[in-house]
Amino acid sequence: MQPSIVRLERVTKTFALPEGGMITALKAIDLDVRRNEFLTLLGPSGCGKTTLLHSISGFVQLDGGKVSIDGEDVTERPPHRRPVNTVFQNYALFPHMNVDKNVGYALDIAGTDGKERGRRVGAALELVGLSGLGGRLPRQLSGGQQQRVALARAIIARPKLLLLDEPLSALDRNLRQAMQIELKGLQAELGISFIFVTHDQEEALTMSDRLAVLEKGVIQQLDTPRSVYSRPANAFVASFIGASNLFEGAARSDGTDMLVVTPNGEHIRAAGSGTVANGQPVTALIRPEQFSLHNGGNGQPAAFIDADVEQIVFTGLNYQIHGRTPAGRKVVAIIAAVHQREVAEIDAAKKARLTYDPAGVQLIGASGGEP
Amino acid sequence: MSGATQRQRRYAQLGILLGPVSLFLAIFFLCPLAIMMIYSVLTPGLYGGAEWAFYPDNFGRILGFANPEFEVFDPVYLSIFLRSLRIALTTVAITLVVCYPAAFQVSRLPDRWKTFALFLITLPFFASLIVRLFVWVLILKKTGFANMVLQSLGIISEPADLIYTEGAIILGMVYIFIPFMFLPVYASVEKLDWSLVRASQDLGANGFQTFWRVIFPLTLPGVIGGSIIVFIPALGNFIVPAVLGGAKVMMLGNLIEQQFLSARNWPFGAALAMLVMAAVLFILFFYIRLEGRRGDDAPALR
Ligand SMILES: Nc1ncnc2c1ncn2[C@@H]1O[C@H](COP(=O)(O)OP(=O)(O)O)[C@@H](O)[C@H]1O
Ligand SMILES: [Mg+2]
Repeated sequence: MQPSIVRLERVTKTFALPEGGMITALKAIDLDVRRNEFLTLLGPSGCGKTTLLHSISGFVQLDGGKVSIDGEDVTERPPHRRPVNTVFQNYALFPHMNVDKNVGYALDIAGTDGKERGRRVGAALELVGLSGLGGRLPRQLSGGQQQRVALARAIIARPKLLLLDEPLSALDRNLRQAMQIELKGLQAELGISFIFVTHDQEEALTMSDRLAVLEKGVIQQLDTPRSVYSRPANAFVASFIGASNLFEGAARSDGTDMLVVTPNGEHIRAAGSGTVANGQPVTALIRPEQFSLHNGGNGQPAAFIDADVEQIVFTGLNYQIHGRTPAGRKVVAIIAAVHQREVAEIDAAKKARLTYDPAGVQLIGASGGEP
Repeated sequence: MSGATQRQRRYAQLGILLGPVSLFLAIFFLCPLAIMMIYSVLTPGLYGGAEWAFYPDNFGRILGFANPEFEVFDPVYLSIFLRSLRIALTTVAITLVVCYPAAFQVSRLPDRWKTFALFLITLPFFASLIVRLFVWVLILKKTGFANMVLQSLGIISEPADLIYTEGAIILGMVYIFIPFMFLPVYASVEKLDWSLVRASQDLGANGFQTFWRVIFPLTLPGVIGGSIIVFIPALGNFIVPAVLGGAKVMMLGNLIEQQFLSARNWPFGAALAMLVMAAVLFILFFYIRLEGRRGDDAPALR
């Protein structure tokens, strides 16, 4: 099998802070990026995403570990000799050069001859839909156009890998969604791996083949978006990806099901499985969309939570119901807009009985993840 | 409100804002300038002053078209002019070479040290210029500190002529003008966006290529601004050559001062001053042309 396109082995970076003290931006990171993969690094601001990209492009001097690109050890190689290119967080377009000069920069440096250069710059501009704007200066372009110039500039040298550092965060919502689809298409067309950085979980879920969730310099989970969403490795991942209702408590078995009993006496029912020993600490995760409204009538449901309704937000597709359990814990439920009548009822009553299927409840921290 | 009246109002506001300044400049700058211009083509009076008659030979004496009946062309004036140009340009070159790398060093200091470094650079302004220059006399004179050190080290046996040379003038000029070069250069270096440097390296450029294609063009406004701010006063400076050049090495400033004060030949002094101004305007013109080509709102002396 071919080596992975990028391999990080125990990559570590510590910064000295100006006001004294140290901060470990990367803690012994291991990461394999596959060929032709769209990998997303997702994490809150300051978790080390940019530093991780810089360790691949060569802009940080590592304190330890090894970086290989396409099977070659590049740990000691300066940035200009690494076969990767970057779309920078603020685009970093050269303000004194027009679009043509910006896009052709890598070719000018490499000394590509005029005809070939012209052809490739033209092709790159066409690929990002900017044909005919070669003479403009960056400041004469809109944010979205600048973004495309940065993209064209980064792919013109045919890198083995493209790094994108929050490239869409400065764009408005509509443009961002259009660019998400375009970037995905571009990646397929170029046939190279993308490492895409974002702090927007929706963006990460939409675009990635695989998703690495980063927190405090550690990769918390690396998996496909679906797996990360449905089987979060720990409470941090669960709460960072999608709104979540987390119930920390102790495990107890009632014969058929697992029960998670929280310190203030709530019981969450999770189906079957005796994987967690009695009395073990465990966290139950119920996604907001797993709840439905109990329609009164036919008796007691199998599993439910009662909540006082505090706020109901209508988003068009659905209702977000924000409530509080009698013990004072916040819960969020998402109810499809078709249940308009039931929502109106609980809005009037200010009380809701939220039912859920015990088979859908995830138990976190049962197998190692940080509680 | 219609566009036309809005524009009228804007002009009125502009007039109110700029009026006093324009008036001040007209009275205290343009009028004296016009007087000088007129003086430069008047006949020098026998006992100072001027006679009200056109007289091109003030310029003729300097540039070589003098009517021998009245004045003689003396190449010494041109050679003083050229020496002044040479000294001013050398001063610009040396201050630039000193300040450009220093600006990068200072801009990378932590904030606290940055402020301190800037304070140190502006510190000389707090002491009188004359005092500072006379310190150099003490250092450079025959029995001065420099000669003492050189002799005691056995590098020279006889005291060397350090003071009253072109070198001494250049040294003094560099010493005075370093802050003038440093501040504009530093301003543009400080503004430099380092992510552009990273982008350049990312795209395959080594340090040298990155410098010439990205760093230098983006700091050029500061370099040009600093050069002009140093060049103009250096060209007409008369204090430094008076103190460190003595009677031996004269610059335009001294010559002009001499014509006005000791020789009492105002028209000739005015003609010399006009030539200095022409040289400066010539250079400014090229600068503005250059800036104009860089784009409409390119930073100039910001
Ligand atoms: N040059 C630096 N000097 C000191 N600390 C830094 C430097 N670069 C990054 N850091 C710190 O390292 C951590 C990770 O930063 P970064 O990788 O930029 O985060 P992200 O891109 O995920 O927002 C942050 O706490 C940041 O303050
Ligand atoms: Mg970042």
